[in-house]
Order: sequence, then structure tokens, then C-alpha cells
Amino acid sequence: MIRVDGSSDSQSLIRVRGLNKTYSRGGEKIQVLQGLNLDVDKGDFVAFMGPSGSGKTTLLNLLGGLDVPSAGSITVAGDEITHMSGSKLTQWRARHVGFIFQMYNLIPVLTAYQNVELPLLLTKLSGSDRRKHVETALAVVGLADRMQHYPRQLSGGQEQRVTIARAIVSDPTFLLCDEPTGDLDRKSADEIMALIEELVNRYGKTVLMVTHDPVVAARAHTTLHLEKGLLVEGKGSSPQSVLAGGAA
Amino acid sequence: MKFRKLIFANLFRKKVRLILTVGSFAIALVLFTFLAVVKSAFNRGVELAGADRLIVVDRVGLMNLMPISYADKIAAIPGVKAVTHDHWFGGVYQDEKNFFPQFVIDVENHRKVYPEFVVPDDQWNNYVKDRQGAIAGAKLAERFHWKVGDRIPIKTTLYGGAIWEFNLDGIYHTEKPDGDQGQFWLQWKYFDENVPSVIKSTAGWYILRLDNPDDAVRVAKAIDEKFANSPHETKTETESAFAAYFAKQFGNIEFLILSIGGVVFFTLLLVTGNTMAISVRERTSELGVLKAIGFTDRSVLFLVLAESLAIAFFGGVLGLALAILAIPGISAAVTGLLPPLLLSKPMLLLGLGFAIFVGAASGLLPGIGAMRMRVVNALRRA
Ligand SMILES: Nc1ncnc2c1ncn2[C@@H]1O[C@H](COP(=O)(O)OP(=O)(O)OP(=O)(O)O)[C@@H](O)[C@H]1O
Ligand SMILES: [Mg+2]
Repeated sequence: MIRVDGSSDSQSLIRVRGLNKTYSRGGEKIQVLQGLNLDVDKGDFVAFMGPSGSGKTTLLNLLGGLDVPSAGSITVAGDEITHMSGSKLTQWRARHVGFIFQMYNLIPVLTAYQNVELPLLLTKLSGSDRRKHVETALAVVGLADRMQHYPRQLSGGQEQRVTIARAIVSDPTFLLCDEPTGDLDRKSADEIMALIEELVNRYGKTVLMVTHDPVVAARAHTTLHLEKGLLVEGKGSSPQSVLAGGAA
Repeated sequence: MKFRKLIFANLFRKKVRLILTVGSFAIALVLFTFLAVVKSAFNRGVELAGADRLIVVDRVGLMNLMPISYADKIAAIPGVKAVTHDHWFGGVYQDEKNFFPQFVIDVENHRKVYPEFVVPDDQWNNYVKDRQGAIAGAKLAERFHWKVGDRIPIKTTLYGGAIWEFNLDGIYHTEKPDGDQGQFWLQWKYFDENVPSVIKSTAGWYILRLDNPDDAVRVAKAIDEKFANSPHETKTETESAFAAYFAKQFGNIEFLILSIGGVVFFTLLLVTGNTMAISVRERTSELGVLKAIGFTDRSVLFLVLAESLAIAFFGGVLGLALAILAIPGISAAVTGLLPPLLLSKPMLLLGLGFAIFVGAASGLLPGIGAMRMRVVNALRRA
């Protein structure tokens, strides 16, 4: 169950309360998030939409522990991450978050296999255990036969699938996707979305995704709109967000 | 090590750049070892100097000659075991570029003062009997393919410019392999008969051997006091002090070498530091991804440092290998001009240490930059 009114009493997996984020640029303060609330349960699949500059990436960065909020709290599986120190937060990310960005963000000098293995290098797993996990993750995304390929030898859709394999290989608590299909054609985008849906429906993953594309957003259980620093449910009420969504 | 693949993959990312950086390390290391070898060659005189030997020169300067009568007077001073004297002959063999030191020696006492120069007795006896005789160091003889019995013409530059001919009666070796085996000795008696009258009955400098090295200060003082207020006042010092002074005659070698070395060091530091800074900047978004998936700031610093250290290590080893191959050749080419150039193990270790230090120093700033980089900013630049 996904809620944005901050009224949930159940112990949700991700619980955001009064989240504020203010950037200062040359003395001028830009308030991007203004007291945002959010509850996401295990196995949920939520899409965030909103016009460019509305703070979608900012929100994902805060949820993923890549940045710290100006005020408010984020609790994931009972751990409050907003007060963690830098190195604690790094460890927390490694254990709980799988990232999938728009630009595939693979290391170009490593093979698909080696890219997917990276998060496991931070664990105590033995070499053969790592191999098992990497092979499974690549099989899930349908690239078992491309393990030794370098990113430049793969198509955009295949690269994005390697990124997904890298995000799920350490079995994180939830996945964060920032415009995962933003750089892909419709066919590849559909394949990636089918894969993400499979992760949710078959493997019970929790996924939070930012997208400009209403077709992509329609795959999620719920679509939330970011407006004036807050999340609102259902179809966007502001013409701006509809326009931005339709144009993508 | 789990990060090995990542470090090597990063290293070989830009092959041309890798070759250039490793190459600058190699060249710098060749230069570094060459300078170290030259410096040690100049210092070797000081290191090899006998602790029990004193040198007496004219107070006015090395080019001022002293009366030959000083020999007996010095020998009479208590604590002096033996005295001998030398002259600088300053000739050339065949051609100006064939420079090597020729000493006019006193055959009666030379061996008592310089036991480290070894000549077979039969050769020495022939030499003493032969007024036109000469002895050459083993390295020198090897350089000109001389053998005992050869007749060797030397053109003087100091004593009238004539050509003097000598019979090579013997070859000397040194006890230590790095000793000076490049000298040529002729006899003082023959020299004295043939030089212009102003030079007759003189010595260029005296060398004396002490009964006990602890007596050096007292004996030196006694000698200088003895000749005080005479037309030829003396200056007596230990052989090592003299060797150091003599090396300075070539200019301030130490300073020269240290300044060239300093320039090499800073250039290398800037070149590698710049390369590392560029490669970190190019990889900003990748480093951001690594941090996002849980690489700690410290492991990112480690990745950058490991890369610059690997460059330094490979470049350093390559440079030292080149130096090992090149230095004997350079040494042969400059025989006579410079003391023999010898590459020792401590020098190689020092060179490798130097390379690794530069590698660490040049990776440190870019590494700290990578460490401090905030993930969100790094990712926004993708
Ligand atoms: N480091 C920063 N310093 C200053 N302002 C920032 C910084 N990061 C983001 N902003 C500003 O915050 C606002 C929200 O940015 P954000 O990237 O979250 O938007 P977005 O919804 O992801 O946009 P897009 O759809 O274009 O990706 C923008 O006005 C942006 O300029
Ligand atoms: Mg964005």
C-alpha cells in the first residue's frame, strides 16, 4: 500500500516524513522538497512523475542515501538513514539499495560479468559464490550468453539490462530507477519494463521509479506526481505535469 | 586481491597515455641512476681514502711546487711511517680526448704509502731499474690495449710540450674492485732530469702514512708549523678531505646533481600528477557509480593510488633495467674524464624507492579529490 499523507500507522518498508530539501545557489535558496511524506510497502512498484526540475532525482537520491535532506526523516526497514554518518550510509547503500540510472553507467573497461560482480566485491562472498550470483543475475536479465562482452559491444537495451543485473545481484531491499528507459527506443523500453515487472511480480522486489513516459508509468502499481515539493496521487492535476509527461 | 581486475582495467584504459607515463618514469629513472652513479663516482675518492694518510700541499695552491728537501723533514716528524711525493704530469696520449691522470711517482716510497695498489714484484723490479719505465692501471691498459713491453708516447702539456716515451713495465691492480685502476705512473728521477730548471728538485705534493690514524691532527699541525714562515708554507690534511677538495675543483658537482635531480623529481611529479588528475576527472561519473553501489571513500582513494603506484613501479623497474644496460657503456665512453661509474644495489633500491615515492605523491591529490567527490554531483555530470 502506497500513501502520501503521512498517516500510515502500519510499519511500512520505506517511511518518509516531512522531507525537505533546499539547495542554495549563489545565495539564493531553492526549496525543492517541502515536507514530503511517503509510505511504501514491500513488493510495491511506484512511479514518480513530474515536470523537469520538480525534484524527482533529488527525491531518489535522498531515498537511496546518496544525499542528505535539509529536514525530515527517512526510515527503511526500521533503520533511520537520515542520521547515519558517511561511511555507515555507504555500507547501508551497499546492502539495501540497487541503483538503475538513465545513462547505463557501466564501467566501460570491465566486461558485463565484471560489472555485475562489482557490488559483490564489497561482500565477504567467496569467488565461487560470487560467480554463482553473477551468473544467476545475468540469467534473470537474459544475458547469460553475453557475460564476456564489454559495454561497447552491447546495445543500449542490453547495457541497461546489465545495469539491472548489477542492481539485483546483491539482493537489495529495494530498487531505485531514474528514467531507466529514458535513452531507449520503444521496443527496448518495453523489454526493460517487462523485466522490471517480472522482478516485482515474480521475485517480490520493491521498485521506485522516475519516468517521464506515461506508458512506462502505467506499468507501475501506483503513479505519484511531484508538485510544489509534495507528492500527489493519481493523474496529475497541473497541466504542466501532463504536458511534460506527454511530451516524453 | 579482489580489486585487481578493476585496477588493471583502469590502467590499460588509455594505452598511449599509459606508455607515455610509464616512459617518463623510465627516462627519469635512467637519469636519476646516472646522476646517483656520477655523484658516487666523485665521492668514491673520499670513500676509498686511507684513514691513515695525510696530503701536504703548498698553502698557496695545488699548482705551487714544493722543494724536494721537504721529504726528509716530514719523515723526521714523530708518528710518520713513510713519505712519498707526486707530480701531476698532465700529458695526453695520441689525442686530446684520450685523457687519463699521469703521476710522477717516487719509486722508493710509493708502495709503502699506497699498499692497495698491487704490482707483481718482477714487474715492479723491472720498472725501478728502467728510468723510462711506466706502470699503468689495469683498466687503463685494457682501454688502450696496452701490454707489458709496449712503448707509449705521451705529449706533455705542462713541461715544454715535447713527446716523452715510456716503456710499459707493469700493470697494477687494486685490492678493491672499485678502486682507481686508471692511473699512469712514471719515475720522478727521469722526470727531474728532463724538466726545465725551475721545476727540478720539486714535488707537487707529499703523501705520508701515519703509524696511527688517531695521530692525524697532531702530525698535520706539526708539519704545517715546521714550514711556517718559510717561502713554501704547507697545508696538511687527511686524504679524504683532500679528495673532497679535489672533487670540488670540477665545480660544485654535488649542487649540480642535486639541482638536476630536483628538476627531474618535480617534472615527474607534475607529469604524473597531471595524468592522474585527468584520468580521475574523466572517470568522475564512474567513480560516482562505484560510490553509489557502496564503494567507500577510502577504497576509491585506494583505487587511484594503486593505479599511480603501478605506473611508478613498472616505469621505475623499466628505467632501472635500462640503466643497468646503459651505464657500463656510458662508463666506458667517459673513462678518464670521470671516475668509473658503478651501479650498486643500494642505488637501484634508492631509485625504486624514488619512483614509488613519486607515484604515491602524484596519486595522492587526485585520489583525495576522488575520495571527497560527492556522489550526487558526480552522477549529475554523467
Ligand atoms: N546540487 C545542486 N545545487 C543546486 N541546485 C540543484 C542541485 N541539484 C539539483 N538542483 C536543482 O533542484 C531542482 C530539482 O532537480 P532534480 O534534478 O531533482 O529535478 P528532476 O525532477 O529530476 O528533473 P529532470 O526531470 O530534468 O531530471 C532543479 O531546479 C535543480 O536545478
Ligand atoms: Mg532527474
